[in-house]
Amino acid sequence: MSATTQPSRRQFLQVGATALGGLLVSNSLAMAFVDSDQEKPSKTLGDYIRIEPTGLVLIGGRGCEIGQGVKTALPMLIAEELDVSWQSVSVEQLPYEYQLVNDEERSRYGAQGAGGSTSIPDSWLELRQIGAAARHLLMEAAAEQWRVSPDVLRTAQGEVIHPNGSRLAYVDLVARASKQLPPTNVALKSPGSFRIIGTPAKVVDALAIVRGEPLYGLDKRLPGAKVALLLRSPVADAELSSVDVDKAKAVEGVIGIHQIDGPKAGEPYAHNLRAAVAVIADDTWAALKARKLLAAKWKASAASKESSAALRKSAVKALAAKSAEVVQEQGDVAAAFSGAESVFTRDYEQPFLAHATLEPQNALIRIDDDSALLIAPLQSPAGASRMIHALTDIPREKIRIQMTRSGGGFGRRLSNDFVAEAVKVALAAKVPIRLIWTREDDFATDFYRPYGMHRIEAALDADKQISGWRHRVAATPKVARDPGMAGAPNWVACHEKDEFPANLVPAWLHEFVALDSSLARGWWRGPLPTFIAFPVQSFIDELAAELVQDPLELRQSMLGKPRDLPYAGHGGPSWNTGRLRRVMDLAAEKIAWGRRGKLPTGHGLGIAAHFVFGGYAAHAVEVVVSDSGELKVVRCVAVADIGRVVNPLGAEAQIMGATIDGLSTALNLEITVEKGVVQQSNFPDYPLLKMANAPDVEVHLVNSQVDPGGAGEMGIATIAPALCNAIFNACGKRIRSLPITNQLREAVPKKHGVEKG
Amino acid sequence: MAIEFSLNGIKTVFDGDEEMPLLWYLRDHAGLTGTKFGCGIAACGACTVHLDGAATRSCVLPIAAVAGKNVATIEGLANGVVLHPVQQAWIEEDVPQCGYCQAGQIMAAVDLLKKQPNPSDEQINQISNLCRCGTYPRIRRAIRRAAVLINQQEERT
Repeated sequence: MSATTQPSRRQFLQVGATALGGLLVSNSLAMAFVDSDQEKPSKTLGDYIRIEPTGLVLIGGRGCEIGQGVKTALPMLIAEELDVSWQSVSVEQLPYEYQLVNDEERSRYGAQGAGGSTSIPDSWLELRQIGAAARHLLMEAAAEQWRVSPDVLRTAQGEVIHPNGSRLAYVDLVARASKQLPPTNVALKSPGSFRIIGTPAKVVDALAIVRGEPLYGLDKRLPGAKVALLLRSPVADAELSSVDVDKAKAVEGVIGIHQIDGPKAGEPYAHNLRAAVAVIADDTWAALKARKLLAAKWKASAASKESSAALRKSAVKALAAKSAEVVQEQGDVAAAFSGAESVFTRDYEQPFLAHATLEPQNALIRIDDDSALLIAPLQSPAGASRMIHALTDIPREKIRIQMTRSGGGFGRRLSNDFVAEAVKVALAAKVPIRLIWTREDDFATDFYRPYGMHRIEAALDADKQISGWRHRVAATPKVARDPGMAGAPNWVACHEKDEFPANLVPAWLHEFVALDSSLARGWWRGPLPTFIAFPVQSFIDELAAELVQDPLELRQSMLGKPRDLPYAGHGGPSWNTGRLRRVMDLAAEKIAWGRRGKLPTGHGLGIAAHFVFGGYAAHAVEVVVSDSGELKVVRCVAVADIGRVVNPLGAEAQIMGATIDGLSTALNLEITVEKGVVQQSNFPDYPLLKMANAPDVEVHLVNSQVDPGGAGEMGIATIAPALCNAIFNACGKRIRSLPITNQLREAVPKKHGVEKG
Repeated sequence: MAIEFSLNGIKTVFDGDEEMPLLWYLRDHAGLTGTKFGCGIAACGACTVHLDGAATRSCVLPIAAVAGKNVATIEGLANGVVLHPVQQAWIEEDVPQCGYCQAGQIMAAVDLLKKQPNPSDEQINQISNLCRCGTYPRIRRAIRRAAVLINQQEERT
């Protein structure tokens, strides 16, 4: 089947409007695809495609590359429809360019943000149309040259082919093609004829990465730019009382010290997160030395009373509180519980988490009288553009933004607080600024994944069937003080309508209680699915044990027949029980679930499955827990159904990496707070898994023939519950509070009557 | 007093603050940004370079400590356009995701393979560099592949 669709004429035609040429930048900057010399024959076809005399096909990558592979996968969509060989393609990063179209702001290049596993689904039609439109122009050009109808021509591997077998290479047609009128509609290939989509493609930047080329934000330089390092208030909302700068100023290489303000107490985080003192220096070492010598005193802040222990108490209280915000109530929940034969209740807890991108936050900025240039690792370049405008009043179209490759993202760079800092410092110092965060800065001032507790209750009738379900979440809302989420319900990203097992049980009530915290909260890889799948998929496992049922069979019977059910959250409007069942059953098959119950002592199998942002994910895990409580992951199977897979090699990498990310997090990671100060300051306090403890991950992709979804967040949500379910199966210890850290070493030896050594 | 050392085979002199960590010299003064800043306390390994051939974390190494020694960074690993077998293996196994830690991982792997031409899984797992993206399974595969490539290369020569 081929779709006939309308390409965006505006997008396709805009050539030469806003060249980025002429910048004095020492590292190579990406350029918009424009012909720098209008006298010479054109080499460009629209904004995304340029064909070099050598035959090299340059394709623009519009997304923010944070390690999720969009710089490879998105250009594959264009190359497919352009009908060139992938080997002839080279990818260049496109910038963000503001445009106002029909009173709506957009980027010249469309959707460029990185979040919610949306890059591939948002681009699936649009980028293929752009490739197809360019191919159409090349065929028109060939038809003109050969004086035949374009209808008789075909293309293959970068050439237009005449019925008589003559061939014209794209490179020889591009100048003529660029003068053709763009098509009003183009036919897209049928999936059966894809030659690039669905075939493994390696990371396009791999050669530059392994050679250590300057790809990342921290690697970029601008003439005259000075290093800025900030001493931020250690607790939220604390204003600077006084600072003695004399010793810091005396450090050789320091050229200035400036103060920047933070948000007013309780107000939205419109700009940067904390008040700060900025050291400006010629190089990083001078700035580091000088920052240590700043003697700053901070005013009192209500936040300095906060502790993790108190927060936990408030969560426990909230779980038992009489009233809560209703997220969703359907069916007669009260009747189900009052008439229940028994009620099964369990509580779960999840910590604050940091993003810990390996490349700390940073930004390189130059602000001139009426223009600005930002070069930085970003996930929301449009947000960065708005931020710069808000703080400088420079017209949006005069703000140029170059996204660099990012050393990780995980949702951290959806916030542009570090851009705000760089702008404020550059305005104060009146020089271009290279803002650097240290690792300690990064842990101390993050937008953390919310902390929360869950209480899940199942009403069971006389036949041990689930007649009612209550799931109350007590958490620090993600949306608090987020100016982009003003007016959103408190529970967004912490609970959701139609969340499992809505519509699978006769009556359910989803509730939320907001907890107070001074720590800023943000999006953290697979925000809601990660927060929900652990308690729900653990609870089902516990319920199965209570009912003396196989936990896989209980899940299968809950899912029932394959059918679509509504889903109000991200990834909706519906989900399919059959697709979830398929990934779960495949995970069970691959781990050989039938062995459960016949395993050697200390071994256990666990499984979990969840609908994630339009995709379907499952993990099956085999662990062994020793008598002393040492845990080892023996096997780890990950299955995902993300529809048609654009780049199997990239999707496998995402699911493998997310699985290890999820394991790392479940095993050891948490952010805690004392007197308002985050207690983790560097990797020894926040011990990400190292190679020795990272298992191999067997990834299986169900290549279903529906339009593709994203892969970046598919592997993160189900690994923690699958792991904890396997641990229970292995040793009888149920993990209800993450991270696991010492819980097994403390509990298991007692159970086995082993003296603690 | 000026500090003299060899940097990727080139004689180099530095006469600034001798306490400056080698990492910041490389990134801010030598224009070699392939060596990455990740933690500043030698915990993550993103800053791994070779000091007289041995993998060394440069973020806590005062530049005075490299006087008279050979410093090699990721930029000096390939021989012109000819990649080191470890770099080649990294591409063939499609290791990088964000890629930020990979220069350090590669430098650690090159050192390992010099000491252990056919490393066991246990020996590979002793590399303690962090990868936030979780590319470890592919790193292990790439190191095994690199070992084969290096052995083949040596058989030919």
